[in-house]
Amino acid sequence: MTLFANQLIDGLADGAIYASLALALVFSYRSTGIVNFAQGEMAMLSAYVTWQLMAWGLPLIPAALISIVLSFIAGALLYASIVKPLSHASLLTVVSVLIGLYLALNSLAGFLWTYTIKALPSLFPKAHLQLGSFSVSAETAGIIAVVGVVLLLLYLLFETTKVGLAMRGAASTPDSAVLVGVSVPVMLLIGWGIAAALGALSGILVAPKVFLNPTMMFGVIIYAFAAATLGGFDSVVGAVVGGLLVGIVENLVGTYIPWIGPDLKIIVALVLIFGTLLIKPDGLFGRKKVVRL
Amino acid sequence: MSLLTIEGLQAGYGERSVLHDIDLAISERKIQVVLGANGAGKTTLLRAISGTTTRSGTIMFDGKRIDRLSARKVVASGVAHVPQGRGTFADLTVDENIRLGAYLRSSAEARQDRERWLTYFPRLQERLSQQAGSLSGGEQQMLAIARALMLRPRLLLLDEPSLGLAPIITQSLFKTLAAIREETGMTMLIVEQSANLALEVADSGVVLESGRIVLRDSAQNLAGNDEVRRIYLGYE
Repeated sequence: MTLFANQLIDGLADGAIYASLALALVFSYRSTGIVNFAQGEMAMLSAYVTWQLMAWGLPLIPAALISIVLSFIAGALLYASIVKPLSHASLLTVVSVLIGLYLALNSLAGFLWTYTIKALPSLFPKAHLQLGSFSVSAETAGIIAVVGVVLLLLYLLFETTKVGLAMRGAASTPDSAVLVGVSVPVMLLIGWGIAAALGALSGILVAPKVFLNPTMMFGVIIYAFAAATLGGFDSVVGAVVGGLLVGIVENLVGTYIPWIGPDLKIIVALVLIFGTLLIKPDGLFGRKKVVRL
Repeated sequence: MSLLTIEGLQAGYGERSVLHDIDLAISERKIQVVLGANGAGKTTLLRAISGTTTRSGTIMFDGKRIDRLSARKVVASGVAHVPQGRGTFADLTVDENIRLGAYLRSSAEARQDRERWLTYFPRLQERLSQQAGSLSGGEQQMLAIARALMLRPRLLLLDEPSLGLAPIITQSLFKTLAAIREETGMTMLIVEQSANLALEVADSGVVLESGRIVLRDSAQNLAGNDEVRRIYLGYE
């Protein structure tokens, strides 16, 4: 029972990381209809930037915060320099460019920091929290708490502020957003910035678990894709629920199905993507748009 | 004094020119209707004014040139455009649509106006938390108009408000528009195919044919004009 509870909690923590990266995918998708294949590599670079800032003498938390802010700016720049100019290009062109960006960022990290793994320390102490019969590591609890707070802030941004409402409007019906005076490009710029910042958070949270290296996000991005597909690519709630579910299922399957184990559990993600597309292509929370004439 | 004066307007989409040499003026507090067949350039005329298509020529609004402004700046100067097909934010609730209409204004003003316009459109009041995409056609049209009114515009551009609506709903919609003009003195430019109802509330009108104005007169005279009656009002 304790094993089960521990796997569940660990699954939630992994799931929280997948959820933040899945949310990043969903934000860029909802605002511009583009799946950012380079999202994971951008997150990996953010983790490296944190490491670099620490190597230059900054403490971990300020380094992480600066890296997240820089990532926001980088995401906005990516929108302005690549995504916006391609807004009328064919889907294939955009996908090719983003896959190109994926490879470029991956190589850039290798070039700047080599392919030898580095250690990025965890944001949380090595302590354990004792809750009755089972204990939770501070890292697990911390990840869940940090992602929870970030989700709450995003919810407040989108549901209670004017800018948040304008961002949703610009993503939903850009032609009409212009007619109420919203600057659509600025809103999309902010959307891509937030996506990159969320990605950065996932990179910084996952790096201590998988070690810092240019391919560290490969597994994570697959799980994030599974989460976004399962939840529905256009659903913010879906990305979060999808992320948590993927994290939990991945951990439970890895533990209780011996022939899968930790090595094969990435298959879980692929099966989830395949199964969702086969059975419910819009995902759990994605919706077909209801439009009456 | 005209609120809107258009001189020598050309407009179109990319290379394709739709409007040729349009002159038009609307006085403050008046309702003008634009009649014309499909493809005559009615929608393009409204889009040229609101800056959502390429245009050249002079458009003066309230004494200032707006023909070089971006669509956002035109909106900010006090021109609200209710596009054809209504253009509500289908994913947002009715209330969010209305609030977003007041994006350029202070929240305190917006709250006041919201109450005021909801009294004109009681159906919306009942559906505030419903997704806009799930409303009926008539309700969506009301929502699109309420959203445009939230800007507190001086000029309201309406593109075929009757499109897809039952005659009885169109009738009540035009009544509401007339009441709004009565109370606020808002100037309106309405593009319509449903000519008889539009001419009932309008002060004047123009007829567009292949991108040119071929007739302009008072609404009363247009409603009595044989050719207009034959082509747009369905009388033989």
